[in-house]
Amino acid sequence: MMQFSSKLIEEAVAQIAKLPGIGKKTALRLALHLLKQDEPFTQTLAEALLRLRREIQYCQVCHHISDAPTCSICQNSQRDRSLLCVVESSQDVLAIESTAQYKGIYHVLGGIISPIEGISPADIQIDSLLSRFPSPEIKEVIFALSATMEGDTTTFYITKKLKPFEVKVSTIARGIPIGSELEYADEITLGRSIIGRTEYE
Amino acid sequence: MALLELSVVQFKNYAESRFQFDSGINCIVGDNGSGKTNLLDAIYYLAMTKSAFQAVDQQNIRQSDDFFRLEGVFEHEAQPFKIYCALQTGQKKIFKVENKPVERLSEHIGRVPLVLVKPDDSYQLNEGSEQRRAFFDHVMSQISQPYLNSLLRYNHALKQRNQLLKQFAEKHWVDHDLLTVYDQVLLTEGHSIAQARSEFMQTFEPVFVQFYRNIADKQEPISLTYASHFADPEFATAFKAARPKDLAMARTTQGIHKDDFGFALQGLPLKKFGSQGQQKSFAIALKLAQFEVLRQAKGEKPLLLLDDIFDKLDDKRIAKLMEMMASGTFGQVWMTDARPERSHKLLKKVTASKRFFYIRQGACEQVEQG
Ligand SMILES: Nc1ncnc2c1ncn2[C@@H]1O[C@H](COP(=O)(O)OP(=O)(O)OP(=O)(O)O)[C@@H](O)[C@H]1O
Ligand SMILES: [Mg+2]
Ligand SMILES: [Zn+2]
Repeated sequence: MMQFSSKLIEEAVAQIAKLPGIGKKTALRLALHLLKQDEPFTQTLAEALLRLRREIQYCQVCHHISDAPTCSICQNSQRDRSLLCVVESSQDVLAIESTAQYKGIYHVLGGIISPIEGISPADIQIDSLLSRFPSPEIKEVIFALSATMEGDTTTFYITKKLKPFEVKVSTIARGIPIGSELEYADEITLGRSIIGRTEYE
Repeated sequence: MALLELSVVQFKNYAESRFQFDSGINCIVGDNGSGKTNLLDAIYYLAMTKSAFQAVDQQNIRQSDDFFRLEGVFEHEAQPFKIYCALQTGQKKIFKVENKPVERLSEHIGRVPLVLVKPDDSYQLNEGSEQRRAFFDHVMSQISQPYLNSLLRYNHALKQRNQLLKQFAEKHWVDHDLLTVYDQVLLTEGHSIAQARSEFMQTFEPVFVQFYRNIADKQEPISLTYASHFADPEFATAFKAARPKDLAMARTTQGIHKDDFGFALQGLPLKKFGSQGQQKSFAIALKLAQFEVLRQAKGEKPLLLLDDIFDKLDDKRIAKLMEMMASGTFGQVWMTDARPERSHKLLKKVTASKRFFYIRQGACEQVEQG
């Protein structure tokens, strides 16, 4: 157990350490760093976090994080609306966007199906995905879910549901090691994956 | 395959010990509770990525400490290589081969072929069909990565499907499409697993029968049987037809998780009709057959860990085993015994090189070349 001489530090450390990938030691270092800066520094940081939490919205069309009711990707007329890429989280959208290889639009599921973890199709954005069909624009749905059994199950399940709409379905090429999450795949791999996607039967 | 050196840090009752093993026989002696079995378990851990005795991984960490570390220098075709494993309280296990992290632990299975003979083998293998499946899965997984992968996928899908069935039962509602997704995995993987098991029995049975006859010193007609739902060519239909039953019972009633490996003596099930001695011969013959099929598949002798066999086997079977040891059937061997004099005496006729390790309270007190 770490001993703090100050209750205030203890509290701050306990909160910061709740963030993923941050242990008590790192949390303490961050807290002490904040104390070394001018007060406005912390003020600005705290306000940015609060605004992020309070004002962020989810795109009504694709469920990606957004500043407006419809996200900048869905609004962008330059995007290719014949391609729809299905991902698990907004983080995946950001990863794919940073490759600058993909010009289509997205649908963010907000999770993948896993009964063990209590996540059923109703808990993620599957209905809203299906409600985008039949679509005069979308010609192909690309699944870019993680290369895990849960990812496969979700892809397979949605593919079944898409059958009546006769839309082309593909998955990104598995340059990604089995068991790893999409967010860990480096950018080159991910960009290549989207180009080298394979049709799904 | 050989294990030359082992370092054990804060694993079970060991504080910090280093061992240099003999390439022949390593005899681990010491009082009850001194740490003999724990030392075998450390070796098992580096080969199988987990303990053979302790299912709760964190409890392998020494009570007063917050991590354990195991390091072994192995040798494969005259090339030494290192296996490293560390586990810290509340963290993910770190497993490395030649300083490279092992991405998926399952990939490591089979790298170090190993056979462990433990005191409760006879009880376990004769009792439950689940334990017998586990035994064959353990052997086959060391031989075939595709088999292990199929098994992992099958078990995972089974767990998900059973959970789903439970949720449907609670909510009085069914999503048939989602069940079908899991059915597909179970049918595909189940099919290859059943086929692999059935093929494996073809190689395994004759080897097993030979060892049984040698150990029991009798020409008793012993046989192994393998029964699976998948034996039925129409099984996919039967599986689908069982869905209402699955929904009612809230679990998957058909599949390779119901397979049974049986053992029969003169056509009668051994569990019911075998004598104590026959059941013991049977368990040890299974383990020796494991040794032999692993040797054939890998082209090298597996490590052999014999825990407390002198206590559990009778003189006749011990004599048989010592005969095999003397004739060089095995490669590198570890055996534990609480009575050093007995081990010295029994190993006298064995000309292979021998080393005795005297264990006391989780530390090695003395090493003696014998
Ligand atoms: N995590 C742990 N921390 C500390 N001690 C442990 C831990 N796990 C097991 N032990 C201790 O190890 C001891 C058992 O060691 P082991 O089973 O290796 O003994 P053994 O020498 O094989 O004895 P026997 O001759 O009875 O088979 C027990 O005293 C047990 O309390
Ligand atoms: Mg023991
Ligand atoms: Zn959008």
